[in-house]
Amino acid sequence: MPKPQLSPESQMMARHWDEMTSRKRLYSAGGLLVLLLAMGGSIWFANDSNSGKFFDRLPHLFDFFIDMQPRDWLEPWRALFDLVSPYDDGSLKYDYPAGRVYLTSTLYAPEYFYKMLETLNIAILSTLVGFGFAFVFCFAAAKNLAISPWLRFCVRRLMEVLRAFPEIVIAGFFLAVFSLGPIPAIIAVSIHTVGALGKMFFEVVENADMRPDEGLRAVGGSWIERVWFGIVPQIMPNFMSYFLLRLEINVRASTILGAVGAGGIGEQLRLSISRGHEAKTIAIIFLLFCTIVAVDQFSAWLRKRLVGAQAFQFGH
Amino acid sequence: MTHPDATAIADIAVRHPEAFRPKLWKRYSGLLGVVICALYTVYCWWFFSISLVLSTANWSLAATYLADWVSYEIRPNIEMKANHLDITYARFSKLGENPDPAWVVQQTAVVDMAPEIKSAPTVSPLSSSGSFVGTSGSSPGNANSVRSSSNSFLAPAQTDAGNANSVQSSGHSFVAETDSGAGPAAPAPPAEVRPLTPPTPLRSEQVVRADVHLGNWDMVVAPGHVSVLQGDVRHEFEIVHGKSVSSVGPLPPFAEQRKPGSTIYLSLGWSGRAEIQNDEVVVWRRFFGWKNFFFDTTSPFWGLPWSEVGPLLISGDRLDPARSNISLAFDNIWYNLDWQHGDVWTKLMQTVIMAFVGTVLASLVAFPLCFLAARNITPNRFANQAFKRIFDFLRSVDMLIWALFFTRAFGPGPLAGIAAIFLTDTGTLGKLYSEALENVDDKQREGVRSVGASPLSVQRFGVLPQVLPVFASQALYFWESNTRSATIIGAVGAGGIGLKLWEAMRTNQNWENVFYMVILILMVVFLFDMISSRLRAALMGKAQVS
Repeated sequence: MPKPQLSPESQMMARHWDEMTSRKRLYSAGGLLVLLLAMGGSIWFANDSNSGKFFDRLPHLFDFFIDMQPRDWLEPWRALFDLVSPYDDGSLKYDYPAGRVYLTSTLYAPEYFYKMLETLNIAILSTLVGFGFAFVFCFAAAKNLAISPWLRFCVRRLMEVLRAFPEIVIAGFFLAVFSLGPIPAIIAVSIHTVGALGKMFFEVVENADMRPDEGLRAVGGSWIERVWFGIVPQIMPNFMSYFLLRLEINVRASTILGAVGAGGIGEQLRLSISRGHEAKTIAIIFLLFCTIVAVDQFSAWLRKRLVGAQAFQFGH
Repeated sequence: MTHPDATAIADIAVRHPEAFRPKLWKRYSGLLGVVICALYTVYCWWFFSISLVLSTANWSLAATYLADWVSYEIRPNIEMKANHLDITYARFSKLGENPDPAWVVQQTAVVDMAPEIKSAPTVSPLSSSGSFVGTSGSSPGNANSVRSSSNSFLAPAQTDAGNANSVQSSGHSFVAETDSGAGPAAPAPPAEVRPLTPPTPLRSEQVVRADVHLGNWDMVVAPGHVSVLQGDVRHEFEIVHGKSVSSVGPLPPFAEQRKPGSTIYLSLGWSGRAEIQNDEVVVWRRFFGWKNFFFDTTSPFWGLPWSEVGPLLISGDRLDPARSNISLAFDNIWYNLDWQHGDVWTKLMQTVIMAFVGTVLASLVAFPLCFLAARNITPNRFANQAFKRIFDFLRSVDMLIWALFFTRAFGPGPLAGIAAIFLTDTGTLGKLYSEALENVDDKQREGVRSVGASPLSVQRFGVLPQVLPVFASQALYFWESNTRSATIIGAVGAGGIGLKLWEAMRTNQNWENVFYMVILILMVVFLFDMISSRLRAALMGKAQVS
């Protein structure tokens, strides 16, 4: 294809274009190089400070599954429903009925279902508590409902600290005060939830339509009336959607906190793995997996009903 | 659009009442929600027996631990001997090898040392209790009888010991019994003692009284006696060596004794606390600040003010001939025994790297897979569903389970954390990416396809420019949130600062170290939060412009 004849002005434009694209390419290549170096260095550092080296340990990748083979594949089911095992030798490993939680003299809740309920209750309660506080705080933090800039500044910083404060420290501190039990987990997850939900909430409030608020202001509504009748009805679906999203996250968080000593199914999982109880471990992992899938599906379905396609935009 | 006026609205309301009266369910749904939440809270209150736990909680412990975050305690251990005191400090005290703080004033006197009585059972009942002052009431005569039964090493009174006596109201001192004047007049000791212990009096200078100043409080400790001054108010405590502790007069409000005669616990507010046991007095004196943050007590720079350390670093003679003072100082700080700066920073670096590498790898793997999972890009329902279910699986097996699994595979350390974050986030990012792809604008793809571009070019020029900023933004968001989750999964064995935090908390001793690590974590999280939101704003801004 013959090169088109260009006027001097066009030639200058073409030159500028070339310069611009080459500079852009240079930047991209430079950025990529920095990323590659950072990744290389990081991986080397991680491998170096790990207790086992990556390539040495690679053949042992599936040790977990090999160790976790139960004696027969009915065992996990017996462990899950606390049925008597044929291998029962009085040891903790096969003594499934010991964990039964009797509701009446004959009806019992299997141990792991009960523990799963405990973890779910931790998650739901702390999400509720977090929702309550975040609901109060978010109006003070929103720019468009300014009460006072100082209050807004303080509330925003407070929420940032609550969000960033490591949950494990709060849990550890309250474990020392309350001794073992699920309440430290509730407090830790609640505190984190206040910060996380508060941030999402005040962003929703700031994006709210201010015309109802103006109308209420015009007829002399007080600040509380303006917020309650002008803002809350339009933001409530989004708030509920974020509540559900947070619930999903909190179910996982309370499981993890359980594993570091705060009760619930997480603790059972860690104990059964460290004691080498294969059937119990498989039963717990199965139960946990099913529960998380169920909670996620339920929350996604409800969020879709509440706010439509907006439900799946998070992380902004 | 015309707005109906009030009469028209009323007219419509008459004709269609059902449109103006919302359903019962809708009208009361808010109230119903609140009632359900309240009931649920009550249920949880019962389920977790919260009120019981709150009432049995150890709140004073909480206050102490919280105070530990920003302060430290020095613990002099004042051991009561027969007629003198032994003041010791915990090993590795923050005050160095031989602490002699100004707030513990020691008074010394030359006293007779009581030799140990070895064969106790053969001695008279009184001394067989193993304590020379065991049975003393408040009468000097009683003390005399003890003394006489336990032999003649109780030499004539020492003149110097008067100050010890001045704080002692009961006469169970072996020294300077001026009021009874009993020493030489002691009756003959029981016969069976005599052949056993013919000790010669050992005399040496010993501490006979310690004044401990704790802010507004003063404690005066002498053998067998403790008095606590709260401003001008004085409270006295008696100690029967090895047997019992009691308060003279009613127990003051700041003291606690669980059963008569047992240890008395004093809580002296911010200044500290003390325990009066039947053979020693332990004082915890609280000071504000982080002690030995830079140099620990083994460092040659320890205890020097910065005005001296500065010149020493720059121009002073070498403290260690092998290396410069600056490198020595850095080494001392890095390997500080109390604060372990080196270890903490390395672990923090591991946590940051776990989040970084995990997220980058996850987005790199999720990137090609999400094209296969997106309905509109790959028109193959089976592949779409298969990849979406794989993403769901990776996401639903919790990060905790992945972390435990990889800790078994790779051993504890950051590799396990990286792998756990990588797998969980491949699921989450894959899901989000494929949803983003399914929402792209088809016009650009059609445009590129209409000029005869290859399928790969269609994706490169028709799809990628639309979704790349979204992809990068979501990856950045997860990088930031993973920095927080990496702390937690560290505690279950996946390496990083989480485990170190957990270990520091488990001892209940090192809360100041916990706070130090928390501050570092907060700084890192805020920093990444800022970087990530800046980058995302830049990316999304560009996306909106183009």
